[in-house]
Amino acid sequence: MLWLLFFLVTAIRADLCQPDAENAFKVRLSIRTALGDKAYAWDTNEEYLFKAMVAFSMRKVPNRETTEISHVLLCNVTQRVSFWFVVTDPSRNHTLPAVEVQSAIRMNRNRINNAFFLNDQTLEFLRIPSTLAPPTDPSVPIWIIIFGVIFCIVLVATMLLILSGIQQHRRKNKGPSEMEDIEDKCENVITIENGIPCDPLDMKGGHINDAFVTEDERLTPL
Amino acid sequence: MPVHTVCVCVPHRRTVCVGVCAPQENEQPGGTALLAAAHPPRRAPSPGAMEKTRPLWATPLQFVFACISYAVGLGNVWRFPYLCQMHGGGSFLVPYVVMLVVEGMPLLYLELAVGQRTRQGSIGAWRAVSPYLSGVGVASVVVSFFLCTYYNVINAWAFWYLFHSFQDPLPWSVCPLNGNRTGYIEECEKASSTQYFWYRKTLNISPSIQESGAVQWEPALCLVLAWLVVYLCILRGTESTGKVVYFTALLPYCVLIIYLVRGLTLHGATNGLVYMFTPKMEQLANPKAWINAATQIFFSLGLGFGSLIAFASYNEPSNNCQKHAIIVSIINSSTSIFASIVTFSIYGFKATFNYESCLNKVILLLTNSFDLEDGFLTANNLEQVKDYLASAYPSKYSEVFPQIKNCSLESELETAVQGTGLAFIVYTEAIKNMKVSQLWSVLYFFMLLLLGIGSMLGNTAAILTPLTDSKVISSYLPKEAISGLVCLANCAIGMLFTMEAGSYWFDIFNDYAATLSLLLIVLVETVAVCYLYGLSRFESDLKAMTGHALNWYWKAMWGGVSPLLIISLFIFYLSDYIITGTLQYQAWDAAQGQLVTKDYPPHALAVIGLLVASSTMCIPLVALGTLITRRLRRGDPAPVA
Repeated sequence: MLWLLFFLVTAIRADLCQPDAENAFKVRLSIRTALGDKAYAWDTNEEYLFKAMVAFSMRKVPNRETTEISHVLLCNVTQRVSFWFVVTDPSRNHTLPAVEVQSAIRMNRNRINNAFFLNDQTLEFLRIPSTLAPPTDPSVPIWIIIFGVIFCIVLVATMLLILSGIQQHRRKNKGPSEMEDIEDKCENVITIENGIPCDPLDMKGGHINDAFVTEDERLTPL
Repeated sequence: MPVHTVCVCVPHRRTVCVGVCAPQENEQPGGTALLAAAHPPRRAPSPGAMEKTRPLWATPLQFVFACISYAVGLGNVWRFPYLCQMHGGGSFLVPYVVMLVVEGMPLLYLELAVGQRTRQGSIGAWRAVSPYLSGVGVASVVVSFFLCTYYNVINAWAFWYLFHSFQDPLPWSVCPLNGNRTGYIEECEKASSTQYFWYRKTLNISPSIQESGAVQWEPALCLVLAWLVVYLCILRGTESTGKVVYFTALLPYCVLIIYLVRGLTLHGATNGLVYMFTPKMEQLANPKAWINAATQIFFSLGLGFGSLIAFASYNEPSNNCQKHAIIVSIINSSTSIFASIVTFSIYGFKATFNYESCLNKVILLLTNSFDLEDGFLTANNLEQVKDYLASAYPSKYSEVFPQIKNCSLESELETAVQGTGLAFIVYTEAIKNMKVSQLWSVLYFFMLLLLGIGSMLGNTAAILTPLTDSKVISSYLPKEAISGLVCLANCAIGMLFTMEAGSYWFDIFNDYAATLSLLLIVLVETVAVCYLYGLSRFESDLKAMTGHALNWYWKAMWGGVSPLLIISLFIFYLSDYIITGTLQYQAWDAAQGQLVTKDYPPHALAVIGLLVASSTMCIPLVALGTLITRRLRRGDPAPVA
């Protein structure tokens, strides 16, 4: 009689966990891809840990705080490593609705991943989409800051060049008028002082090399 | 150093001497010498040439660097590697070098010689050759104006990418998430993240050229910055340009060398290099290879825009422009080849990366479908395992089979891209997979900016030199104001390219604004110098100017070969346009995530016609105008050429 009950129970439990059964989820692990040489082998102890993590996630759901490890059933473990699991209620006759399991796993996905040193891509729960990490959007986009800096530098440099150009222009405009004064004075000097005569060629003045300024005594009239 | 003793004056005054009295070697000790407007002269200036001396390059090296930074531009980086790939890799170098020697060097020497001889911008230079020909100069200015308007938009895009390179992760390496954060945006999934960033985030492109959309403020800001930078560099004429060209000519080589070292050490780079350099000799028989080589040399050197004439006009008359022409053309071509080595090592890396990703996807698919052990399937045993699975589980295999892609390294390498697609999509895709991708991205876009701004210096010089040479305009406005107005006008028109359909208009300008017109301009230039002005007359001018006799080779090229070559190119392009019938363009389809071909609407075709006509018609119209004005003034002495 007891043996019959036992077989009945395992049969029912086997029925509950089947590929594509109602409320069953397929899990796929890629341990070697994630860890390379440090990959651990998938054995029954790892399965126990997995059941514990699922039970832990379910216990966080209101009304399901009494979920035990034995309520989580695994089946069809392949070499891949992939398997199916269901979570049963305390009576062990029905499986918990998929929606509850889904939300529980989503809430604790990070903890489950970390327990196995895996991430969302290497520990996949098919039919449970993972929430992707939102992009970190700073309040002011970075590019505007850099743009502002470079724009200000270029603007300031342009202004400086323009202003110095205007100053040079003014100095040049003053320059010829100064030259004219000097030339007039030169002419006056020649006529008044009747000093050293400038060459009667069409020239307004002469350029004096400073090195010879002191030797003006040598400049005799032609 | 003794002063010439003819002129002597009141000794304790410093006065200025004009003409013969100018000191030979030493600097002016101070004071207000008229000659201080230019740089210290190398020999006594001729009397009577003292009104307003033309600004000169401080050293001939500045002139060479200016020509190099103008000629070495974005075309060397994104057009030449594409042509190399299309026409059989190593064997493309044969028509390229032949065209360089036969077409590039002679035409470059011609333009530099004309500019140096006439010492004026393009309009004045051609007026000096023959009064009926100032239309050629006007056409050059018009084409340069179009070029300036659209070329700086590339710099704006380079700035945009540069500013976005300071983020981790790079914004074009990941797709943004969709509304409820369960997946990526659909357009990004269908295309790739780099394409999405280019088409959606940068251009915000519309589905067709008819839907213009609004001006996008982000690219508009970058365009304003780009024009401000160009204005800063050309503000003071050769004084400022001469300093800037040291950077724009030399720094890109530094970046290219760094990239070469990085590129050659990338995984899979050798695949790209082997692919590029294996010559496919049968391509030599393809006339398209020769035509493309001729076109590439022609446009890469920037002939016909008037920039080379403008640069050469600031030279000393005794400058040896023959040597400089040879140097500049050789450096330009070597840079193209060097840049294509870098590009192909990056191509090889990208192709290998994509090939391996494709293989990994197939491996993952098979591993998941058949629950094989993780890590069992590798690239080496993939084929055998596939065969085994096909035989062991035929039904399941046939279910999975349609999803298995055929990964091929050759097909990855064969995706040849040119233009903005290469620079902003393919390269960024390769960069995002490198380690420390932010650094490589910043370096790369900085190099693009240097190349682009170097070319812009030449483009703006082509417009500004004739304007500042003209007495009418330069008497009213100082040089800075003229430059500012030109930059402002170009910036305002350039806002057209920042609209949503702006990229399509950019392609129109890129393909049609300069191509036919330039061929015509350079043809008229060569024919004018050789036959209108007279080759022997030009030869004696050059000899008097530089002191060297003209080699027979140049005479043969100018007189015969180059004009024939240009005529054949011209005929080819015309017939190509006529045969293809309607002109088409590539539009981005957001729903499919790829480019589709569409026909140009009538108003776009009208714009294309206007672009080509407005520059080519200048030549006959101005000639006609000069003829009419001369006829009207019949009786007055004809103006001396």
